[in-house]
Amino acid sequence: MSTKENTFKNLIGKNGRALGSLGYFIILMLVFLIGAPEVMMRPNLHQSVFVMLPVIMFMVIPLVFLVTAGEIDLSFASTFGLSAYIFALLLKAGLDPLLCILIGILSGAVVGILMGCLVVYGRLSSLVASLGALFFIRGFLFVASDSKSISFMEISDHWIYDVLVGKLFGVPMQVYWAALFTIFSYYLYRKHVFGIHIHHVGDNPDSAAQMGINVNWVRISAFMYVGLGAALAGIFSCLINFTWWPTQGFGYLLLALAAVFIGGTPTWGGVGTIVGAVFGVGVIAYMEVGVVAMGMSGVWRQFFNGLIIILAILGHRFHGGRVR
Amino acid sequence: MSAIIELKNVSKSFGGITALKKASIKVDVGEVVGLIGDNGAGKSTLIKTLVGVHAPDDGQIMIRGNEVKNWNASKAREAGIETVFQDRALCPQQSIVWNIFMGKELKHRFGFIREKEQVREANKLIREIGFTSKLIDAESPVGNLSGGERQGVAIARAIYNNAELIVLDEPTTALSLIETQKVFDFVDNVKKSGRSVLFIGHNIYHVYDISDRFIVLDRGEVVHQLNKNDIEGPEALMKVMKDAVSKH
Repeated sequence: MSTKENTFKNLIGKNGRALGSLGYFIILMLVFLIGAPEVMMRPNLHQSVFVMLPVIMFMVIPLVFLVTAGEIDLSFASTFGLSAYIFALLLKAGLDPLLCILIGILSGAVVGILMGCLVVYGRLSSLVASLGALFFIRGFLFVASDSKSISFMEISDHWIYDVLVGKLFGVPMQVYWAALFTIFSYYLYRKHVFGIHIHHVGDNPDSAAQMGINVNWVRISAFMYVGLGAALAGIFSCLINFTWWPTQGFGYLLLALAAVFIGGTPTWGGVGTIVGAVFGVGVIAYMEVGVVAMGMSGVWRQFFNGLIIILAILGHRFHGGRVR
Repeated sequence: MSAIIELKNVSKSFGGITALKKASIKVDVGEVVGLIGDNGAGKSTLIKTLVGVHAPDDGQIMIRGNEVKNWNASKAREAGIETVFQDRALCPQQSIVWNIFMGKELKHRFGFIREKEQVREANKLIREIGFTSKLIDAESPVGNLSGGERQGVAIARAIYNNAELIVLDEPTTALSLIETQKVFDFVDNVKKSGRSVLFIGHNIYHVYDISDRFIVLDRGEVVHQLNKNDIEGPEALMKVMKDAVSKH
């Protein structure tokens, strides 16, 4: 075998999962393009997708870290709402918006740490513990807000609105922020000792502990990152909509998780891909509009969403099982 | 001269079962110590306590004569103690490089990895250890390697950091004859370089051949500490072990 061929094979082998996700995204877009060419060629369709796509990105990218660490979190969909609520309350109280944002993000990280501590020190299954936290936090939001939403139209006059969710060259600012966040996360995941320890802990926590890695800390910080991402998503969602509402973010729970797995990060821990997750988010963001664009009635939407998810995950089986 | 590491009256129990009873051992500079005992004698518990994986319930741990509190695996590695664990402590889905530098990555400021340097060092190491297959490069996952090659990765990790004490827990289990010989050569080299080895094995002939001193463990207690001159051969060592068991 020539070296060139070898390098090529290596490239495919090492990035199989990410390339697979890219493949599904391309196939999906082609199907939609063939099925509804004139709708899919309309720029405003893509613009509308790109308004909320960054919000999903903020949730999904940190989840890749956590799933790689061998854990799962469902509570992020409520942390989303909680951090956004804190942000909205502080804003209404007249605090500087920048400060409100920083405190909001911090609150997400704190919830993540608490979630992590609950799982690590309570020795609970992260699935079950975070399921509890999901309802607990959401329930708290309903009680605390008396099920009333909070709107803050006045934020659109503040410079921070233009910087975070305004437009630059016709593209929503949140796209740039999400891109920055994703690039930063990519380096954190692949090139930083934090990301590398996450891989080790998800792969074999006993080995990681024997080599002196603080497994508990790694797990808790992965939960923290998920909380931080959820807070970012919640605050961006508030800014985009000028409103906080009690069920905000709840609908993203299963979609965001689906994006992680469509993106090629397997459930068993130790491996994952940030690049793949980006395409996973692309699939999730487009599948809803695409199915409707193809002229399917709304009742078919979930049916096709499910089909797309199943096919994508089946496809990832071909990128190899788990090596032991 | 003070020992590299000394355990004084260390006890450890797991849920009511005593695995170690006031065990005291030490390893001096430049010696090869063989730790023997039957299955369930507490060898693994003693080793894991020594290298910080288990926290002792009671007793002292001294590093070069100074007592260390809150002993853990990270501190052990800082103190120059590297371990080749019985299960090899590898992450099969990660690359050879990441496994070799696991827990002791080469970092820039802010914690980013010096990737090229790690790959270069890892390639050098696997050649030194003598990986048979030339096709193996340091970036392929450990899960693709054979048992002997995996042991090579675990050993490469232990020698990279210029450890002063290398602990080998049953390092020849499931290895071929040639691979076993490689492990012995490795122990010889370590000894020649003036460093110490703590060797745990169930094959008494292997342990006898390479050790300068023997520690016999039985039911969590250190029952004998013998120099090689005190013992005539592996058979005599075996007898000591058997007698210890029957006395209990």
